[in-house]
Amino acid sequence: MASQEVLREEPSRGSFINDPKIRGIFFQVLVVVLLVAGVWWIAHNVIDNLTRLRIASGFGFLKGRAGFDISESAIAYSSDSTYGRAILVGLINTLIVAIVGIITATIIGFVIGIGRLSQNWLIRKICTVYVEVFRNIPPLLVIFFWYSGVLAVLPAPRDSIGLPFGSFLNQRGFYFPRAVWGDGSWLIFVALLVGIAMAWFVARKARQRQMATGQQFPVFWTSTALIVGLPLLAYALSGFPLSFDYPKQSTFNLTGGFQVRPEFLSLYLALSCYTAAFIAEIVRAGIRGVSAGQTEAAGALGLRSGSILRLVVVPQAMRIVIPPLTSQYLNLTKNSSLAIAIGYPDLTATAGTVLNQTGQAVEGVVIMMVIYLAISLLTSLVMNWFNAKMALVER
Amino acid sequence: MKHIAIGILGAATLGLMASGASAATLDTVKAKGFIQCGVSTGLAGFSAPDDKGDWQGIDADFCRAVAAAVFGDGSKVKFTPLSAKERFTALQSGEIDILSRNTTWTINRDTALGLNFIGVTYYDGQGFMINAKKLPGVNSALQLSGAAVCVQSGTTTELNLADYFKANKMEYNPVVFEKLEEVNAAYDAGRCDVYTTDQSGLYGIRLTLGAPADHVVLPEIISKEPLGPAVRQGDDQWYHIVKWTYFALLQAEELGITKANVDEMKNSASPEIKRVLGQEADTKIGTDLGVSNDWVVNIVKAVGNYGEMFERNVGSGSPLKIARGINALWTKGGLQYAPPIR
Repeated sequence: MASQEVLREEPSRGSFINDPKIRGIFFQVLVVVLLVAGVWWIAHNVIDNLTRLRIASGFGFLKGRAGFDISESAIAYSSDSTYGRAILVGLINTLIVAIVGIITATIIGFVIGIGRLSQNWLIRKICTVYVEVFRNIPPLLVIFFWYSGVLAVLPAPRDSIGLPFGSFLNQRGFYFPRAVWGDGSWLIFVALLVGIAMAWFVARKARQRQMATGQQFPVFWTSTALIVGLPLLAYALSGFPLSFDYPKQSTFNLTGGFQVRPEFLSLYLALSCYTAAFIAEIVRAGIRGVSAGQTEAAGALGLRSGSILRLVVVPQAMRIVIPPLTSQYLNLTKNSSLAIAIGYPDLTATAGTVLNQTGQAVEGVVIMMVIYLAISLLTSLVMNWFNAKMALVER
Repeated sequence: MKHIAIGILGAATLGLMASGASAATLDTVKAKGFIQCGVSTGLAGFSAPDDKGDWQGIDADFCRAVAAAVFGDGSKVKFTPLSAKERFTALQSGEIDILSRNTTWTINRDTALGLNFIGVTYYDGQGFMINAKKLPGVNSALQLSGAAVCVQSGTTTELNLADYFKANKMEYNPVVFEKLEEVNAAYDAGRCDVYTTDQSGLYGIRLTLGAPADHVVLPEIISKEPLGPAVRQGDDQWYHIVKWTYFALLQAEELGITKANVDEMKNSASPEIKRVLGQEADTKIGTDLGVSNDWVVNIVKAVGNYGEMFERNVGSGSPLKIARGINALWTKGGLQYAPPIR
């Protein structure tokens, strides 16, 4: 026993430089020390140089009065608000365009992706052309295409194109009537929530019954009746409290109603179209990744093609689709910073203005990087959770 | 996007510059053989490339004047076009030596931003321009409530606009772009009703629009916009060279020294002219500044005096045809005044 131990330690005692374990630890410590020293050196230099150049530093500027206006804001904001709030407005604008963009891109992407596998020659070719066109054009050009090519050539406000339901389209954007909720309209929202809850409950019961007895229940029609019918009933009961604020012509623009500005529209359409092309390819790859045997087996069981897709192919394809889908969502969010080219006040634009008005470039860039990093990590977290939920559960 | 790049570059430069080892700007400029001058991305009369790609305008000429003072050769300048957002970071990080880019002098920029403005090369004020053909009834800025206003982001203009509409209890809809060309294109396309920037700029921009005659500049001037070149803080010698180049331009005009007569003027009987042109025996005015004693001669030979520079770029000799107004010399009722060169 003793002689064996001696034998085993012999080579490392000879020269511990050659001991892989010690070596490993040594190099890891070295890397950490160099990294810390490097970061410290850069941070120290930044502070030192800022002081020497007499440039103000620190994050105190965030509490200062912004003094500039922002065209689109989901929260209350005026030129009297703080720089911090201006950045928050930008962040919310980024999130809005990212979220609606992700939803739209996913829908278009799935439709096009499935369309590329269609039996129909025309549908297949149209979807292929879509993917090849949008995938191969830089997103900035797609944004310019929508902004300068489509929306800027619309007529001036005076000659707005009238659309149904009192909506208008002109080069200043898309205007539609805004709902004005009167007294008692809370009842409608309560009814809507109750309707959704009941529909969910009905769907659950129907599923249990089908599992147990094989009998089907018209879930779709019942749910529709509940979700639409209950709020309508509440609307009538509360004495029709809903009215509309219609856009009207004034000296310069249309006033009243709700305005969707061309900057937002073009960014949203461009990001959705662009990212959808990539999502379509991911979806196609996911579906092709499910072996043909699965489809054939499902067919042999007597399922129709729609049901095969919905019940057999897509659930399995999702496992392949979700991880690369996350990257596309992150790309869309980051690409939204191209908004600056067309003047949509996203995070990059507002933080950039703050950076310029205060001159605190280092802090401004740090804030932007930290926020984008946080958004991306959060998106990844949610998608990883979703992926874990969808992953094949092995028994 | 580019301003972010410059921001990061600026941050990186601030981080990687070995602290304390900053050489004097004059020495680095002499070592590299030219002055790096930050200008606009194209504003007629101030700094804009001509059809040969040479930068023209008051701001561009001012950098040439400094190059003439330092090197005796006005062509030793390289120009860096900068958007409003990029300009300060570019100067702070040392990417440029002078910022000569129709930039308004404010206390915040002098203090918190670490800059030193050397003077006012052009006294301006913010105005509004509208398309009179589309808006025939509007003849005052006070009628603009509800309008969509195009403005460049990160400027004092953007702040004055907010103040003006707030003070007059009017509503407006800001349409903000980072680059001047983007603002111009949006205004020309009708995305906004009103264009606001410095009034001199409005006259220049009007010339570039599709139908210049349709557009009118409204009479209101809503702010003071003293435009001038700026340098980094912490280098007094360089600050003095740039500042006294400006004063030399004014002094030359006051004394009647022009590009055409500068060589004759060297033999002038006037002791003041001889002193300014460095013809006094054993003069040390130039060398004390850090340049040669005939620096004023070089400046005037390169760009003329201030008046010539003004008329050539924005005045009667240019398409802008802007009157001297308050930019005249103090002797002619204007605000341009230079301390004595002695």
